[in-house]
Amino acid sequence: MSAPVLNRPAAAEQDPAVAVRRPGKPAETTWLLLGTVAVLLLAAVSLFVGVSDVTLPQLLAGDAEAWDLLWISRVPRTLAVVLAGTAVAVAGLIMQLMVRNRFVEPSTVGTVESATLGILVVTVALPAAPIMLKMGVAGVFALGGTALFLAVLGRLPARNTLLVPIVGIMLGGVIGSVTTFFAYRYDLLQTLSNWMIGDFSGVLRGRYELLWIVAALTLAGYLAADRFTVAGLGADFTTNLGMNHKAIMRLGLVLVSLISAVVVTTVGAVPFLGLIVPNIVSLLFGDNLRRAVPWTALFGAGFVLLCDIIGRTIRFPYEVPVGMVMSVLGATIFLALLLRTRKRNA
Amino acid sequence: MICIDSVTKSYSGTTVVDAVSTTIPAGGVTSIIGPNGAGKSTLLSLISRLVPMDSGAVSIAGLDIGRTPSKQLAKSMAILRQENHITMRLRVRDLVGFGRFPHSGGHPTAQDEKHILAAMEQLDLTQLADRFLDELSGGQRQRAYIAMVLAQDTDYLLLDEPLNNLDMKHSVEMMRMIRRLADELGKTVVIVIHDINFASCYSDTILAMREGVLVHQGTPAEIMTGDVLRDVYDIDIRIEEIDGNRIGVYFA
Repeated sequence: MSAPVLNRPAAAEQDPAVAVRRPGKPAETTWLLLGTVAVLLLAAVSLFVGVSDVTLPQLLAGDAEAWDLLWISRVPRTLAVVLAGTAVAVAGLIMQLMVRNRFVEPSTVGTVESATLGILVVTVALPAAPIMLKMGVAGVFALGGTALFLAVLGRLPARNTLLVPIVGIMLGGVIGSVTTFFAYRYDLLQTLSNWMIGDFSGVLRGRYELLWIVAALTLAGYLAADRFTVAGLGADFTTNLGMNHKAIMRLGLVLVSLISAVVVTTVGAVPFLGLIVPNIVSLLFGDNLRRAVPWTALFGAGFVLLCDIIGRTIRFPYEVPVGMVMSVLGATIFLALLLRTRKRNA
Repeated sequence: MICIDSVTKSYSGTTVVDAVSTTIPAGGVTSIIGPNGAGKSTLLSLISRLVPMDSGAVSIAGLDIGRTPSKQLAKSMAILRQENHITMRLRVRDLVGFGRFPHSGGHPTAQDEKHILAAMEQLDLTQLADRFLDELSGGQRQRAYIAMVLAQDTDYLLLDEPLNNLDMKHSVEMMRMIRRLADELGKTVVIVIHDINFASCYSDTILAMREGVLVHQGTPAEIMTGDVLRDVYDIDIRIEEIDGNRIGVYFA
């Protein structure tokens, strides 16, 4: 405010020197590349972890069995981990901006529970339903559950930081109880746990390809990154900038719900991921989604790869479901993060 | 010019803005004053299409705000509300950059970049450009928001309590800047402000509201009289002329 004269930038002069590059931008690109390399390395490790031996020399020697195993089981599994990890983390990030609260993600506000209820309903009503139908119904239920959460939030008198996640957890709890009740009645508790606890051990060629849908949804989220960032500033800011806040919220609702539904149907719920990854990325790089989405995607993929590898090796040759590893690891990291934030604010 | 035609807004039976009709001239600084609950902020929100009105019409520079696409309005009018609870970790530069969104659609050109740098310079934020909003003081954050709407480079600028969170030095600098925006760049600035003396010293026109009704409108000389202010605020305010400005004394 010290400059005495206002300079309206003249349209004519296009001095390239003035169009300053963001300081530190090249460095960040380098980091992003290094991060990608790290995730690729984890993916490579993931390809060679398992009960049956698949080793590099075997592959090089043209061992047909090893190659089959690689293509039928290991590659699909690794791809599934990367796709689901990326998408769930990004869905968490989008949801946090939508409700302007850091402590929510699809599995803590009823989205995942609703999707599970949807699959259960199809399974009971049409036991022979094709997976696409199951996924579709799960998607519709997830949309409904998430919309309900948003509607409840809209009616809360004051937006209390703690109230938002509590409302989500309560809503998720109610929907989850209904689901468990019906699963119990129809003797489907065993099946239910397949969707509630994420597990990549069943992933084979032909059973994961639907996850490419979430890749498309995640990309859509990235393309709308600016919109979600602005929506995170609030309805007034969004309207002032000439954007339709409700339309952005609807887009977010669809992306988050469908990602959750597809992931739950194919590999089961992946808890905590959407909570911790966006929070870590936010602390490190901030919330401008243009920058945060790539990092969230990388961290998401890397974290699930790591957890899946741990799950496969910790009591080899048996497997621990990845959801379990993530709960333990994720909860620990998140707790540490919360304590750190408190220290920072104190 | 902003034309306001019998604009009305009620919240659950209580009329907050009651059939306000007036014209705010193009160019210059217009201040809206009045006691708490007079409907000042609501009126500003109605004018800027942030809140839908129950009845009435508003046009800004000939654009009917009810019919003009929001994106087009965003190029001629910028509004900053009073309460801005931003929980996001956004860098000052990025926030100010979003002010260019109506023009750039998310793909800033060198021209947009210049507007962003100029706006940050105006508000003394250049040093803080790469800081996160949550690392700033309340006053710095307020300046960052103002820089964002300034970068929007609109002919009309609506600010709800722009002095919020600012200390005396920054308040005076903010008002001087608002004055310069009108004088040097020909912008029309409408502010909601509590301090009648700032309104008196820096505005061309003052609108005085009370209980949702526009009760007085005029130049500072016309509004800054004991009779008018008693009518608006229900207290006796002595008016002194200091250095050519009419100052209300109401502290004791």
